[in-house]
Formats: sequence, structure tokens, C-alpha cells
Amino acid sequence: MRSNRAVELSTGLFVLLGFAALFFLVTQITNREYLTNGGSYTVQAQFENIGTLKPGAAVSMAGVTIGRVESIRYDQSIYKAVVDMRISSQFNRIPVDSDASIMTAGLLGGQYIGITPGGSEEYLADGSRIEFVQDALVLENLINQLVASFSQRSDSKGDN
Amino acid sequence: MSLLREIFENLRSFVATVGAVALFLLRTLVQVPRALTRPGLIVAQIHNAGALSLVIIMTCGLFVGGVLGLQGYDLLQRFGSEDALGTAAALALIKELGPVVTALLFAGRAGTALASEIGLMRATDQLSAMEMMAVDPVRRVVVPRFLGGLIAMPLLTVIFIAIGIFGVQVVGVQLLGVDAASFWSQMRAAVEVSDVMEGVIKGVVFGFVCSLIAVYEGYTAVPTAEGVGRATTRTVVISAVLVLIFNYMLTAVML
Repeated sequence: MRSNRAVELSTGLFVLLGFAALFFLVTQITNREYLTNGGSYTVQAQFENIGTLKPGAAVSMAGVTIGRVESIRYDQSIYKAVVDMRISSQFNRIPVDSDASIMTAGLLGGQYIGITPGGSEEYLADGSRIEFVQDALVLENLINQLVASFSQRSDSKGDN
Repeated sequence: MSLLREIFENLRSFVATVGAVALFLLRTLVQVPRALTRPGLIVAQIHNAGALSLVIIMTCGLFVGGVLGLQGYDLLQRFGSEDALGTAAALALIKELGPVVTALLFAGRAGTALASEIGLMRATDQLSAMEMMAVDPVRRVVVPRFLGGLIAMPLLTVIFIAIGIFGVQVVGVQLLGVDAASFWSQMRAAVEVSDVMEGVIKGVVFGFVCSLIAVYEGYTAVPTAEGVGRATTRTVVISAVLVLIFNYMLTAVML
């Protein structure tokens, strides 16, 4: 009977340890904390080109993460990508004329949305849309522009 | 011509083995509800498969985490991004190393114990004795061991991952001087709950595979000393191969 108790005790310890580890992984290693304290609200933005932006990417203001990209879908009627962003409720004073642009973190980093505040006295609320957007930089387009400007310059040189 | 026949024979026996394992699984699953009426047996097997594997899992987790810290730091500092060590190591541990290494250790530690135990029961006619007493050996012996392994394996996996991340932190932050704040904050920013779930799902699948192979090999072992030994060896080899194959498929599906 005594050895039976010991078996139960060590099994219980093992199971508890397992759940403690799972709890540690879910709460300490992952990034869900800022969305769980206080609520959040969703705002929308429409981009011509989102580059490699993915759901879950950061939404930041002045470099501070204030929310996450919740979903990205393509709207056929306007030929644009519609991005829903979930922003923590504690950041509730983002002017409606703010500017959302897709930026790249570091040289190899993923893309995120940076919001630059506008000057309006009205603030974004749940379901509102950011009108001013800046698309992701597409490397091919940049190079094309560069090549075009170079060839233009050499053409004008040839005329002289 | 004989080569062709040999290949055909091998293929046929392979298909037959898959069928036998599937039927055995069916026989086991049918008995699960009735085996649940005796939870004491399952608890004893969770103890055998889980609690007794805990020390080896924790030791290996610590050292796997430590070596990830060393290698990850060496690699990342070439790009000047050693702050990403937490992210890289945590994701590697959660998604791949944790479940796979745990499963390999589990097959070696618990799988062999299961196979040899059941095989020895077969060799010493204990299973036949049970049948004679109208006790279904599948329900009394196989199902509790299968369920015990199935429950223990995901728990062992998350323990391995947690200890592994601790190992990375010891080597990376304490020894090599990665900034602790950016280590943890970058890890938190990059790791999602769905990543953790991916690791847990892999743990469950691998627990299923390893436990099933172990009880099947033990139950169908040739009832001699040599047969039990061979069943034990086959358990480790087949479990390891299947775990790695399933790991590829699961990663391809969930990535």
C-alpha cells in the first residue's frame, strides 16, 4: 500500500510539473500578455501592396508595439489588400488622420506597420479606417525607377 | 526474377504488417472505454512511462538547450544579431528539437521497457494465463500502457522544452553575455501560442506512435529470450524512423 502511495505521489508530481511547464511556455514565452490586460479595438487600412506583411506582425507607433496585424485579405472590388489591425485599448488616442506605412525591421527582419500620428483632434475608434497609407517598398520597382532615371540621364547626355 | 519476387514478398509482408498494426490499434481503441474504469492501472503506467523518464528528459533538455545556446550564439554573432538568440533557440526547441528528441528518448527509455515487459509476459505465458481466466490481456495489459505513454509523452515534451529554454538562457545570458531583456522580449515578440500548440500536437502524435509500436512489438514478440530482445530492438528502430518521418509530414502540414 505504501509503495502505491509513492507511485501516486510521483505521478502527480510529474503531471503537475508537465502542466507547470506548459503554463510557463504559454504565458512567459509567448506574446499574448498585452492583449489580455484590458481590451482591444480593430482598425482597418487598405494598401495597394503589402509586400511580405503577415498576420501577427507588429503594429507600432514611435517604435513601440501597440498591436498586431489580425488579418489580411484581398478585396476584389477595390483591388487592394485590406489589413485589419488589433490595437490595445490603452492606446486609444491615435488621430484619425494618422499615416500607416509598411516598414521593414532591420535588413533581414520581417515587415511591420508603423503608424505616424496626424494632427486631428478626433481619434481612431473600433472599426474605423486609416485613410493615409504608404505601401511596402518593392525592390523590383525601386530598381526599375533607378534604371529608368539613369537611362533618362544618359539619353539627355547623348542629345548634347 | 528471384530478385523481383523477393521485392514483391517484402512489399507484401510490409503491407501485412501495416494491416496487423492497424487491426491491433483497433482492438486497443475498442477496449479504451472499459480500461478507463480502472484508472489505477493507467496511473501506474503514467508513472512508468513519464515519471521514471523525467530525470533523463530533464538532463537531456538542459544540455540540448545549452548547446543550442552555444551554436546559436556563434552563428548569430556573425551577423551581429545575437539578441535574436532567444527567438531562434525557443522556436527551434518548441517546434522541432523538443518533440523529436523527447520522442527518441521516450522510445529508448519507455518504449523498450514496455516492449520487453509485454514480450516477457508473452514468453512466460502470463498473457495466455490471463486469457484462460477470461481476462482480456489487451484490456488489462496493453491499453493502460498505451494510454500511459500517450498521456506522458506530451507532458515530457513541454517539460523538455521548458528546461531547454532554461538551458539556452543559462548559456546565452549568464555565460556568453547576451542582454537578458532583449533575449526575453524578442522571444516573446516572436513566439506565438500556436507555435507552442504545434509542439504539443507533435508530442501527442509521437506519443501515439511510440506507444503503439512498443505495445504492438511486445504483444506480438516471439515468446523466446531472443524474440523479446528482437522486439525491443525493433521498437527503438521503428519508433525512431516513424517519428522522423511523421515529424517531416507534421511540419509540412503545420508550417
